[in-house]
Amino acid sequence: MSDTTSGKAPKPSLWSKHKIFETNSIILVLGVLVMISFGGLVEIAPLFYLKSTIEKVDGMRPYTPLELAGRAIYVREGCYNCHSQMIRPLRDEIERYGHYSLAAESMYDKPFQWGSKRTGPDLARVGAKYSDDWHLQHLNAPRSIVPQSIMPGYPFLAKTDLSYDDIATEMKVQSMTGVPYTKEMMAAAMDDLRAQTDPDHPKAADFARRYPKANMRDFDGNPQRITEADALIAYLQVLGTLVDFTTYDNKANLR
Amino acid sequence: MADTTQNTHAELDAVSGQTTTGHSWDGIRELNTPLPRWWLWTFYLTILWSIGYWIVYPAWPLVSSHTKGLLGYSSRAAVAEDIRRLEARRDQQAAVLRTADLEQIRNDPTLLRLAVARGKAAFGDNCAGCHGLGGVGGNTFPNLTDDEWIWGGTLADISTTINHGIRWDQDNNSRVSQMLAFGRTGILKPAEIGTVVEYVRSLAGLDVANGTDLAAGAKLYADNCASCHGDQAKGNKDLGAPDLTDAIWLYGSSRAAMVETVTNGRGGVMPAWSGRLDPVTIKALTVYVHSLGGGQK
Repeated sequence: MSDTTSGKAPKPSLWSKHKIFETNSIILVLGVLVMISFGGLVEIAPLFYLKSTIEKVDGMRPYTPLELAGRAIYVREGCYNCHSQMIRPLRDEIERYGHYSLAAESMYDKPFQWGSKRTGPDLARVGAKYSDDWHLQHLNAPRSIVPQSIMPGYPFLAKTDLSYDDIATEMKVQSMTGVPYTKEMMAAAMDDLRAQTDPDHPKAADFARRYPKANMRDFDGNPQRITEADALIAYLQVLGTLVDFTTYDNKANLR
Repeated sequence: MADTTQNTHAELDAVSGQTTTGHSWDGIRELNTPLPRWWLWTFYLTILWSIGYWIVYPAWPLVSSHTKGLLGYSSRAAVAEDIRRLEARRDQQAAVLRTADLEQIRNDPTLLRLAVARGKAAFGDNCAGCHGLGGVGGNTFPNLTDDEWIWGGTLADISTTINHGIRWDQDNNSRVSQMLAFGRTGILKPAEIGTVVEYVRSLAGLDVANGTDLAAGAKLYADNCASCHGDQAKGNKDLGAPDLTDAIWLYGSSRAAMVETVTNGRGGVMPAWSGRLDPVTIKALTVYVHSLGGGQK
């Protein structure tokens, strides 16, 4: 198919100006950088100022300290390698998992956990789908409860005390990236974390006021300790449950 | 090649008839073969295509919004339309499921078949995680195929359980009861727990340790357990207190498991599904679970 008929040197044209890029590697690299930056400016930067990027919803709040600690364990154990948190706007995904994910639902996720591969099911709406006891048994030994599962067990989570001395610092870092944690929330982080696992905690009412509709209970079946399983289950149980879809206007948020 | 002189000008290559690029490295020269014309035209065509795409589909960001495109395409509108069409297709056969009540569905073979088919699919997606494929349960999650029901096995009972869950703190109408932790709270001493466990084993036809004072066990049972599980230990479905005289033991019938049960209490949790699943799906699930073998009138 190649053109082998021409025997003359090509005529100098606009395209021959490209020669300077092809014969100077530094200029080529600079050219590539300019083109990629242009693509980023046009495709990414506008998402930060366009109002239509993030839907208007009721119910979203930042993660509680315990949920935030659980989220850190989710990241540490690499759950995102097998589980996505992104229900795409496709019929069969909605049939299986529920309403497609909204941008608003991950606006306090820094970094987001959308994932890109589903060896296991999507977890964007796993909150309130199973009991805490199910999660505990499933984390300890997945095949004891879902025989066909290929997920590894994480029995050490329920045996390991949660390390949360630095949770206020973690919240501070999150607030620097735009998560609206107040000074009050950061100051009360340790008490709030303990109160969420214990409805009888003296500061429980303050916690419930700061984090509306948060789940408050002992998550791992062992009220004596706050374990990593407590934190991870608290995190899993809140996923996809915050946005109030009874007040969400699908039509106003078409994309 | 023998020619090692530095070329500064393009020249014709005798073998291929092509011009060269005009430079040489260690005497090696490079042909300046033009790109195949079909490739070049395909490339230009993709550029043209992208311009058409910008015009027809949402593409460019503006100051406060973005170009919507001539087609007005929206992936969210598209999926809403997909789902509307799916519902319409289901309604061709099963619109009557929306209005029929549970008894009507159970008594009409056609409706029953439709509801069971739909319920089975929903069960696999939502219920099988705990109750197992086919609803046989296991691991502290009840078997739904037998005729032992903790909270009742009529259509109305099953519907209430699915809609509102069990001990689900986010639903105010959830089924609630709490077995006491007789050992942990000190209501019963360890020796008393051992005795009452042996008494319950005798009711269920399980082997009983030699020398157990069953009369003392009966007294302990009457004082502590009968208020929920009943004088005859047949259970009370209003309180979710199971029958203790049959062979079905959700948390195990070993002595250790039973002592653990009396010491710390038990109470399974099930999420509420109203709101998460639509009413027709919940109806279909109710009828499906009822049809698994243990459904009661």
